[in-house]
Amino acid sequence: MISLMSKVEFNKETGPREVFCGLTSIVWLHRRMPDAFFLVVGSRTCAHLIQSAAGVMIFAEPRFGTAILEEKDLAGLADAHEELDRVVNDLIARRPEIKTLFLVGSCPSEVIKLDLGTVAEKLNTRFLGQVRFVNYSGSGIETTFTQGEDGALKALVPLMESSDDEKLLLVGTLANNVEDRFKKIFNNIGINNVESFPPRQSTELPKIGKNTKVLLTQPYLSDTVRDLEHRGCEIVYAPFPLGVEGSTKWFLAAADAFKIPELKVHEVIAPLANRARQALEKHTEILRGKKLFLLPESQLEISLARFLHNECEMDLVEVGTPYLNKDLMEEELNLLPDETKIVEGQHVEKQLDRVRASNPDLVVCGMGLANPLEAEGISTKWSIEMVFSPIHGIDQAADLAGLFSRPLKRNQILTSKTLATH
Amino acid sequence: MELTLWTYEGPPHVGAMRVASSMKDIHYVLHAPQGDTYADLLFTMIERRGKRPPVTYTTFQARDLGGDTAELVKRNITEAVERFKPKTLLVGESCTAELIQDQPGALAKGMGFDIPIVNLELPAYSKKENWGASETFYQIIRTLLKDKVNEIEKINPKRWKSLGRRPKVNILGPTLLGFRCRDDVIEIQRILSEQGIDTNVVAPLGSTPDDISRLTDADINICLYQEIAETSCEWLKRNYGMEYTTTIPIGIKNTINFINEVHEKLDLPLSNQEELEHKSKLPWYSKSVDSNYLTGKRVFIFGDGTHAIAAAKIAKEELGFEVVGLGTYSREMARQIRATAKDMNIEALITNNYLEVEDAMKKASPELVLGTQMERHSAKRLGIPCAVISTPMHVQDVPARYSPQMGWEGANVIFDDWVHPLMMGLEEHLIDMFKHDFEFVDGHQSHLGHTATTVKNDINSEEKENINKGGIIWTESGRAELTKVPFFVRGKVKTNTEKYAKSKGIPEISDETLYDAKAFFN
Repeated sequence: MISLMSKVEFNKETGPREVFCGLTSIVWLHRRMPDAFFLVVGSRTCAHLIQSAAGVMIFAEPRFGTAILEEKDLAGLADAHEELDRVVNDLIARRPEIKTLFLVGSCPSEVIKLDLGTVAEKLNTRFLGQVRFVNYSGSGIETTFTQGEDGALKALVPLMESSDDEKLLLVGTLANNVEDRFKKIFNNIGINNVESFPPRQSTELPKIGKNTKVLLTQPYLSDTVRDLEHRGCEIVYAPFPLGVEGSTKWFLAAADAFKIPELKVHEVIAPLANRARQALEKHTEILRGKKLFLLPESQLEISLARFLHNECEMDLVEVGTPYLNKDLMEEELNLLPDETKIVEGQHVEKQLDRVRASNPDLVVCGMGLANPLEAEGISTKWSIEMVFSPIHGIDQAADLAGLFSRPLKRNQILTSKTLATH
Repeated sequence: MELTLWTYEGPPHVGAMRVASSMKDIHYVLHAPQGDTYADLLFTMIERRGKRPPVTYTTFQARDLGGDTAELVKRNITEAVERFKPKTLLVGESCTAELIQDQPGALAKGMGFDIPIVNLELPAYSKKENWGASETFYQIIRTLLKDKVNEIEKINPKRWKSLGRRPKVNILGPTLLGFRCRDDVIEIQRILSEQGIDTNVVAPLGSTPDDISRLTDADINICLYQEIAETSCEWLKRNYGMEYTTTIPIGIKNTINFINEVHEKLDLPLSNQEELEHKSKLPWYSKSVDSNYLTGKRVFIFGDGTHAIAAAKIAKEELGFEVVGLGTYSREMARQIRATAKDMNIEALITNNYLEVEDAMKKASPELVLGTQMERHSAKRLGIPCAVISTPMHVQDVPARYSPQMGWEGANVIFDDWVHPLMMGLEEHLIDMFKHDFEFVDGHQSHLGHTATTVKNDINSEEKENINKGGIIWTESGRAELTKVPFFVRGKVKTNTEKYAKSKGIPEISDETLYDAKAFFN
């Protein structure tokens, strides 16, 4: 396996970055668990970041907020702990329906060494039986974007009870409809005990143990995986369920763990895969032979690159990723074409120089960079859409491809019109 | 520690970014962790800018903290200066970097660059976005002009006469992510040039450090947005004797007052005073019979200081509304807001908590809300029409069309934007007249109505339950009469009638009770 991986070209880069921090993942986590509240202990910047990334003005009263540190909180940590206590009391009085409260560390709270673990412990004693407190860090000095979810899930692992029941545990936030679909397909394959983590209700955590087989739905959960392994879970390594190929191999890996014959999986999946390949064709027509450049942000980049190359026939110029866990990504890396250039980390200016020099047809990037690149005549797709849209699974393969073909198609429409008027 | 679910203003370094991004030939090195780069999207997505903000984030990480973060700062400064070749460099830090005290500004000054370096110290744990913008603009001006203070004699606003040229002014305060700044500048320049007054520099929006250096070529300053430019105008007055205007030209009266103030300061005779009244359609539209129905409309106002005060004056004096609520999130302008509120016999609301604003809105039971995008959402939930008058910016606040708030065209825009969400004057009257016709169905309302809740003809079971809970019962006749009330006031009539019944100890509401209540509240 290792020798196979060497065909891919690895690079590391450091410098100024243009990525979100882990706090951003609160935007999808709080929707997944409607009985949980995410309280960031941070600055006005943290509050502004989340509301800007989420465009949260639509909510009457969101299930996330920020305890904004003020000058007097910085003066003495003892006072800061007391203040946080007061804020939590107010919050619980106001929102009695909350079952789990995540205390989320930020850059400033990490720097001043506010001990959220101890705070959470005390609060757990006081609110025993009413609200559960867990803490993790979403700070930008430690986490990038999706790593926030890794932190949140890792914080929940110790609360999961033990059980030796045999089950398949899907780990990583999924859109509810995708989750339902996966469960149905697993049932058809013959795996009936399928649970999800995070669950739809924060209090309904799955039980885990030595007969739990963990199948990741998202590639950014390194720390959570490690802790689940410590609890005795078996990790099923597979490519991620993006596209027909990734999803098929993902189902096969799960089936293999449950000793279900490959044939059974193909029997269930073949009609879906055929249908999906047909649906993909119209997108592939647009994407075929087009040059793709992925900037680092969500850690989904490698899986996306694999899908867009293998199934949509795009050419890969560079695949950026904020962080690369070679163990978790091994199956994915094996599927990439020879000499794919992978860059871990970022120097945003140098990377943009390479974008311009390589004249790509499509760049996957963050929202801060999209319009400026478009203004330079380079088509873009914002990466944040990948974490908000249902893109997993065979049935969603064409939708996933559509996210990338749409900007190119739009360009064609607008360009031909412009030409017609001249 | 303050629990914040949503905030009207960002941190002060975002204000600094607004100033830096508004200008050319300038670069801002911000000592900050990677997450702070989110602020770029405010400019590229909300303003749809085709350029990245001129900001380099040092993006230090936890592992850097043990080592030499100061070296990291220096490396980023060197790279930024080499790559972007700015004519002036801003150096500062965001909330987290403030805690590690690398003093990037001082570091930059010791690196031997031959460009002016502006050291921005913006306390992130006590100040907010507008303050940050104001302070940054002021520090840029001070850095670029402080050495000239003793070279030039005090600027006499009448000097244009002896210099044998047209009078010249600076327009100070417009920035990116400021409410309709782009179009306000065009409108104000148009008004000034009609009066034979030239614009020397517009800043920060579109200016360069060179432009800042020649601010002193103008005879007076126009302070267009107090939140951003007042500190700078004060400094220029103190050090160069430059006079500045204090009237904000929003609304007809204040546009006329503004023109008069500019003329007085410049000692320039105003020849077309009579014409001014007719430059905008607002006065006539407001006077035309259709607008009779606007009289006494209850309006609730919340926004930044400048726009909230302007809105209150226009609402009361130019449209004939009744202002039933006035507030701001700009603490810096609390005093002025309180004074304006006092004039209108109401108490001002100064808060950064949108839920408090929503509560106040509910209590005031207005017929129109003028607020920020957040009040638009609150008003929507309460089923009250709303127009947006202030930042924080939303992509909808950067319209493709010319759409100023200031000057004559600004007044036209305001009339349309505020009146259209209301039931259109005569239309409201007609709906009332024809409400019993079979073509008329509930839910039919002004095409621009933003009412969120459709009130059904029948009182539903939930309502009945509520009625019972309160111990008051609607009889058949009472309920029948209530359905005849136009839907857009039905909720209010119902509440008022119940309030009346309760206060009089009436257990059952009949059609007669409804009329008793109507007479009582009239």
